[in-house]
Amino acid sequence: MSVNLTLLVVMGVLYTVGVYLVLERSLTRVLLGVMLLTNATNLLIVHAAGMPGLAPLYSSDVDPQDYTDPLPQALVLTAIVIGLAVTAFLLGLIYRSWVLSRRDVIADDDEDRRVATQSSFIDEEDAELPEDTSEFDDEQLEANERESELRHQREVEWAQSQKHDRENNDRDGGQR
Amino acid sequence: MLAVLIAHALAALLAPLIFQRIGRNAFYLLAAVPGVSFIWLLLQWPAVRDGQDPTQLVNWVPALELELAFRMDALAWATSLLVLGVGSLVLAYCARYFSPDSPDTGGFGAQLVAFAGVMFGLVTSDDLMLMFIFWEITSVLSFLLISYARTRMSARRAAIQALVITTAGGLTMLVGVVMLGQLGGTYRISELLANAPQIIAEHEAMISVAMALILVGAVTKSALIPFHFWLPAAMAAPTPVSAYLHAAAMVKAGVFIVARFAPEYAQTDAWQPMIIILGLGTMLFGGWVALRQYDLKLILAYGTVSQLGFLILILGQGTADAALAGLALMLAHGCFKATLFLVVGIIDHETGSRDVRKLSGLYRPMKGLFVIALIGAASMAGFPLLGGFVAKESVLEGLLHSVEVNGDPASWIRLVGVLLGSILTVAYSSRFVWGAFATKRSEFADLPVGADGRPVRTPTHSVSWAFQAPAAVLTVVTIAYGLYPGPVETFLTPWVNTFDGETTTYLAWWHGLTPALGLSAGVLVIGLVLFWLRIPVAKFQNALPHLPAGERVYRGVIDGLDRLAVKVTGSTQRGSLSFYLSVILVTAIVVPVVALFLEETPPLGAMRVADSWGQVIAGAIMVVAALAVIKVQKRFLAVLLVSVTGFGMVLIFALQGAPDLALTQMLVETIALVAIVLALRSLPAPVWHGNKDRSRVPRAIVAVTFGVFMMLLAAFSMASRTASPISLNMPKMAYELGNGANVVNVILVDIRAWDTFGELTVVVVAATGVASLLFVQGRGDRLVRRAVAPDTAQLEKIQNRATQALGPDGYRSARNFSVEPSSPYILAGKTVAPEIRSIVLEVITRLLFHTIMLVSLYLLIAGHNLPGGGFAAGLTAGLALTLRYLAGGRYELERATPINAGTMLGLGLAICCLYAVVPVFFGGSIMQSYTLAADLPLYGHTYVVTSVIFDIGVYLIVIGLVLDILRSLGGHVDEQHEDEIMRRRRRAQGKGARIRVTRGPASDAGATGTVTVTREEPVELAEEDSAR
Repeated sequence: MSVNLTLLVVMGVLYTVGVYLVLERSLTRVLLGVMLLTNATNLLIVHAAGMPGLAPLYSSDVDPQDYTDPLPQALVLTAIVIGLAVTAFLLGLIYRSWVLSRRDVIADDDEDRRVATQSSFIDEEDAELPEDTSEFDDEQLEANERESELRHQREVEWAQSQKHDRENNDRDGGQR
Repeated sequence: MLAVLIAHALAALLAPLIFQRIGRNAFYLLAAVPGVSFIWLLLQWPAVRDGQDPTQLVNWVPALELELAFRMDALAWATSLLVLGVGSLVLAYCARYFSPDSPDTGGFGAQLVAFAGVMFGLVTSDDLMLMFIFWEITSVLSFLLISYARTRMSARRAAIQALVITTAGGLTMLVGVVMLGQLGGTYRISELLANAPQIIAEHEAMISVAMALILVGAVTKSALIPFHFWLPAAMAAPTPVSAYLHAAAMVKAGVFIVARFAPEYAQTDAWQPMIIILGLGTMLFGGWVALRQYDLKLILAYGTVSQLGFLILILGQGTADAALAGLALMLAHGCFKATLFLVVGIIDHETGSRDVRKLSGLYRPMKGLFVIALIGAASMAGFPLLGGFVAKESVLEGLLHSVEVNGDPASWIRLVGVLLGSILTVAYSSRFVWGAFATKRSEFADLPVGADGRPVRTPTHSVSWAFQAPAAVLTVVTIAYGLYPGPVETFLTPWVNTFDGETTTYLAWWHGLTPALGLSAGVLVIGLVLFWLRIPVAKFQNALPHLPAGERVYRGVIDGLDRLAVKVTGSTQRGSLSFYLSVILVTAIVVPVVALFLEETPPLGAMRVADSWGQVIAGAIMVVAALAVIKVQKRFLAVLLVSVTGFGMVLIFALQGAPDLALTQMLVETIALVAIVLALRSLPAPVWHGNKDRSRVPRAIVAVTFGVFMMLLAAFSMASRTASPISLNMPKMAYELGNGANVVNVILVDIRAWDTFGELTVVVVAATGVASLLFVQGRGDRLVRRAVAPDTAQLEKIQNRATQALGPDGYRSARNFSVEPSSPYILAGKTVAPEIRSIVLEVITRLLFHTIMLVSLYLLIAGHNLPGGGFAAGLTAGLALTLRYLAGGRYELERATPINAGTMLGLGLAICCLYAVVPVFFGGSIMQSYTLAADLPLYGHTYVVTSVIFDIGVYLIVIGLVLDILRSLGGHVDEQHEDEIMRRRRRAQGKGARIRVTRGPASDAGATGTVTVTREEPVELAEEDSAR
């Protein structure tokens, strides 16, 4: 398949300028670069369709070879509309960045840079933990401790009183 | 078998709902699912006994030869007993373990019952891949269940650790599984086992490696050294989980795999050394460390680690004796270890601690529980008349026999090792009972001591009957097992019979006065002595140097990974967009170029300069315009120059025989130009050159290289094209099948409608993105909230606001204008400040709007046969709306569109979806188009192709996109702009101005999504002005 030099050169220039602009910091110029890249790519696809021919409107007496290849056209058609959508989205970004910071600049991402200085110590992984020896600790444990002290005292008192009673009984018995 | 799985899956899905209704008692309902399955399992016994293993086969992904193959042989049957039986009891136990107000019991119950099902699937699956899938699901469920207490860091950490280790093992196993499956030529486990001798003979070394890899999976899952540490850490899980997953079921998966493959693959090279070293090492290590623990659960956890090593050591021998003894031991272990965990759960629940150093004298208030625990621990230690004793006795018989017959070192090592391990088992079993229930003298500083210096009996609540029942049932099983081991032996016989040799042992509590009995007695005595000497033993243990714990190594590795990740991220993630882009572009250049020139350089074919003069002229203009963009300083000039290249494309498309493209490009370029001007009007005129000069040269080099590279790529790839295009038969297809003469349109809506559908979603997302970026809070679809037509009061405010923005002079002339009764040309014309109204534009809009809309409809309908279609038609309609907006402002735009942009996008997408799906219901395929023909009176024969419906969807979406652009970049920016001017003016007015700020009703005209104070200020100001 022969190559069309004009289209080739136009595409090359559009790509070159597009990439140059995309690498800049000004968002507006990035947008212009993206638009140029879109055009360049559409041109590439259309160029790849081959020799120009008749518009692909079917007529039974035309040899299919004579049409311009319709498939790349369908691909490019949706690409053009998506290009518009992307342009609009970038415009939204530019406007928002202008409203927020009065600049239309792609600043370096500080968060990204901070990663490099991050410590490898993570609380979740590396903090020393006390041993858990119950799933039901906390309040219940405290309540239990208080209660236990009381009960122990009661038991001791009861044992003593029993002992006392027994001694008394013994003494009574002895007296009888 | 599939029914059991489905029942469990359904129970898991419904569990959250049931729990919402009836609270924690729902656990009883869930317990019924494995419970009923257990009964079903018992009914399967006759078939299993007779060796007609019930199987089930469902084709899953035939293309990948994946099958849902299940097979219930005797091994699977016996293991399922444990899985379903213990599962049911543990679920019932949960009903009392959790309090009615415990959080998230629904999710917990669902996971636990799902686990029972998955584990059942694991043991019954007959396909290696299927088994692996179940294997991994158990890891995930274990992760979820361990992290039940997600507010505790220890639980989260343990969960992640368990997941990392078991999945790392799982992935290793996957490699082994794939190797085994590929070498064996099948993934069916039963076939792999049946053909084992051949397979091993053919690929001896490779099979050995595969089995080693599979064993690594088993070792991690069953917590053998050196991966044991995740199991004690996993004790952070609720105790029922520990009882079920980490004692009875999941950790048995590794044991199960060993038991599954041992009969046929135990003779491979790596098998015996790995089994003996890891199994025996784990058994001794676990028992030794268990003696050092103070947490009751940790004593059991290390005990489990030890027992798992024991099981794998025995089952890994792959002989008939070992199979009988090992499985008997596995069943006994499942019973007593689950019991003991349940006991610990009850103690923790009632006293609030599991710490040996804090518990004292519990045997008195918890008599029933004490008996249960005593029997369980005695079974674990191997006291006569209990299940554990019977199993251990048969193990010793088998080992002794092996020593007699073979007398090789391995047999001796096994025997001595098992004896040592059993001694430790007796010691830690005693330690467990003592730690949980005994009255301790002031042996530990932590023990609460009463006023008289004696340790306090730990206070507890009485334990309810229902809470203890599951543990009691297991205890009864343990006793019955010990007294009547006959049934267990019967259950295991079909499995044992599949081995070559005869068994030399049988299950019984009395074999006569045998050497094994003597050894058992010796083990018990020495073990009790070891427990008696616990204080010197503890001193001795503390004096020994501690080995680097596995966990420390694990954390070191994870730490290293973290550090590496930070380093890699830090060095690649620079935060600079142009850096990233440069890397991408340079890679995109270098790789294909290297491939092109190093691999094979195709010859460059024929060249032609141009196809027509028009092409040359258009090309020249585009090149000049593009190059000029670099140098131009003014923002809008640069935009215009880029537009020139866009319009140049129109010409090229037209000359290239692509009328559709030319039309679409023309419309898009126009709308894009308007959008850019609208959006960039608040930005200053000069384009900011932010880059320093020194980065300009590298950028230029990258850019030029990339441009040249793309030219080369295009030239070479076009030159090397030999095949004829696939689209040659498309025109005929389009006309005869798609019933449309415009081939491009038929491709879009019919032949490749899926592509178009995907692209439409991109358009919808981008349009929504634009609206969200500008309105921030929502889409801001309605400018005037309630009424589509603003009423007089609203109109007055809108007018005041608009004129206000232009200053007092403008305002005065506005007064003259605004008394004019109605605006004849533009509906919402009065909402625009007079100074910026253009009568000419209004008249033209009035004249052209409906015509353009009609043209767009024509393009939409005719597009199937002539240039046009949904995209072009939508853009044309969008252009009409743009005109309307430019002439009448944002209120006019709103009047012009009764349906708002968001609805339009959604509607368009919905139409496309319906169009795609509806044919399926009529027996067609997705996105099939039909031609409906009819003879209409007067009109004659006509036909409609249904793909026009798809085009209508496209039409609506494109209009929605343009509307969103106009509303956001146009209307919203207008509004911000007016606010800005007014704020500036108010500041200039100085402090003297009296400003009363009130908040008006939200339905005020001019209020968009947000009602802010500044939004209201202009209204007040306007009133002041009119009062002046």
